[in-house]
Amino acid sequence: MKNILLVPVLLLAVINPAVAADKIKIGFLSTLSGPAAALGVDIRDGFNLAVKHQGGRLGGLPVDMIVGDDTFSPDVAKQLTDRMLKRDDVHIMTGIVFSNILLAVAPSVFQDQTFYVSPNAGPSELAGAGCNPFFFNVAWQNDNLHEAMGKHVADKGYRNVYLVAPNYPAGRDALNGFKRFYKGATSGEVYTKLGQLDYAAELAQLRSAKPDAVFIFLPGGMGINFIKQYNAAGLAGAVPLFGPGFSADEDVIRAVGEGMQGMFNSSHWNRDIDNPQNRRFVADFEKDYGRLPTLYASQGYDAALLIDSAVRAVKGRIEDKNAFRAALRKADFKSVRGAFRFNSNHYPVQDYYLRLIARDEKGRITNRIVGTIFKNHADAYVGACKM
Amino acid sequence: MNALLLLEQGLNGLQFGLMLFLLAAGLTLVFGIMDLVNLAHGSLYMIGAYLAATLAQATGSFWVALPLAMALTAAIGMALEAGLLRRLYERDHLSQVLATFALILIANDAVRMIWGPQALMLNAPPALAGTIEIIPGAPYPAFRAFIIGVGLAVAAALYWMIVRTRLGALVRAGASNREMALALGVNVKRLFTLVFGLGAALCALAGAMLGPLLAVQIGMGESILIQAFVVVVIGGIGSVRGALVGALLVGMVDTIGRAFLPVILRGFLPNSIADALGPTLAAISVYVLMAAVLYWKPTGLFPARG
Repeated sequence: MKNILLVPVLLLAVINPAVAADKIKIGFLSTLSGPAAALGVDIRDGFNLAVKHQGGRLGGLPVDMIVGDDTFSPDVAKQLTDRMLKRDDVHIMTGIVFSNILLAVAPSVFQDQTFYVSPNAGPSELAGAGCNPFFFNVAWQNDNLHEAMGKHVADKGYRNVYLVAPNYPAGRDALNGFKRFYKGATSGEVYTKLGQLDYAAELAQLRSAKPDAVFIFLPGGMGINFIKQYNAAGLAGAVPLFGPGFSADEDVIRAVGEGMQGMFNSSHWNRDIDNPQNRRFVADFEKDYGRLPTLYASQGYDAALLIDSAVRAVKGRIEDKNAFRAALRKADFKSVRGAFRFNSNHYPVQDYYLRLIARDEKGRITNRIVGTIFKNHADAYVGACKM
Repeated sequence: MNALLLLEQGLNGLQFGLMLFLLAAGLTLVFGIMDLVNLAHGSLYMIGAYLAATLAQATGSFWVALPLAMALTAAIGMALEAGLLRRLYERDHLSQVLATFALILIANDAVRMIWGPQALMLNAPPALAGTIEIIPGAPYPAFRAFIIGVGLAVAAALYWMIVRTRLGALVRAGASNREMALALGVNVKRLFTLVFGLGAALCALAGAMLGPLLAVQIGMGESILIQAFVVVVIGGIGSVRGALVGALLVGMVDTIGRAFLPVILRGFLPNSIADALGPTLAAISVYVLMAAVLYWKPTGLFPARG
């Protein structure tokens, strides 16, 4: 071999020493069409607002956002992910709404040693034994909001609850979470098809089961239709309906309207959390997009700020994965929810609040915080995570 | 499980079945008379739903929007037939499938450009927002009851048209033997356009009524088109009576499956397995029904061609 020296040269080129990147490439994959589009759009708009607040940069680097619409299909998501990883060579991926989609693409992302900062989906599969050094969830673990609601429903003395969730990983996490704190009887536990929009058959079963309360986890268009049909079936005043914040935020309120008043739900964030960064986020979001932000938007905003803080801490040297991971772990930014920290499995430890939908001082139907359900609450899987 | 619940689920099955019938009736006529596999039938349903939603917002009244959307969609359907599909009648089924599949893609992207990618979530007209007691003791949503009423009325009107009118006689003649009808001097060109327009209007009717129950969204036609094809296959190609029976069968099996399969499975399986298996089995119950019908009646329940 004549140019034996070429071998180390090529090898060194592949190893790619940690030089500061000149821009940061973000692969933003989310559900941007169909009945669940409002969720992905809110995460995207929240993320973009944070980038705007940082002067179009994250951690001082110009941002190159590659946006993909998974169309609510794991197959499409997989293709777009491969393109973002291989062709666009993104530094960080984020944006996914649904756990089944995240679980479909996560192996490729981790294999590629690319960081995934989750602004929403927090499946139990990635919180316990399957936790991963390249995965961070800035929002919550899937069970958490349901755990909070389970505790509230149990504390209120309901003894016979009917449960409805979609048949997919986060749906099962949801009902497991609820039942971790609600130990009473369940008169029904129904898993519906993911994306189902007509609930006539389920509502008739529900009525005949005569529960004293109903708990639903149905995000996006599923929840909008369920609640509309629940009200149209005359169940509204008869059996109280509870849900996590996902089934009771601005996207659902906009579509359902009056019928949402009086619904209790849980969240780690709300518009009325009083800190300077949240006030600025809420005001500017409404000004820029002409609607009130949801918890999804707040999560998108926080995801961008987390990336911003970590890129800044490593002075733009995002190729140094260990340093970048250590920086992400610190969560050294001012979250709109207030203080939180990452647990050893890279999921948040934080407070969860009880919210009530009612008219605010401007006459709008919206959420307000009426109590704290958990203080510094961690997820149930962290013990199994060896990282 | 009591009789009241069974009755209520029966109404739900009836409502879903009648909506499927509106789609399947047009599909089976076009397939039976013109021998055209029209995959774009679902796109007409989507266009009808979007038009109804937009017109309802513009005029402020569901009742004005409904007939307007039907007329507009019928016009679009007839223009499509006269301008494009007419050329496909002599081609083989593969060309028809390719061409009408292309129409689906074009329609989806056109709708995305005009209305945007997000779904429209509509509300039922205020007059029908409440409940009525069809079965004493079980309040039933008024809007669903309205859908059942309209579906039954359309079925009766179609039956009358096909059995009692001259147009119906031509349709039956075309469905049972097209060449013979042609040889007898039937103006098939006009007949085909009329039938296609009628199918499109029924699509729009279904789209407008299902809009507030489901969601008006891109791709809404494809999911329901598969079920409409199942109905056509079960009922027998070209037969409106078959479409009605097939649609009601599919509606009932789907609803009863969703409602009672998980409960039945819980009787003899652990809950966790029953909960996972129930929705899956319910989702395929319709296809099991189709396979069973095809096993015993390979041409469907009421084949138009004897």
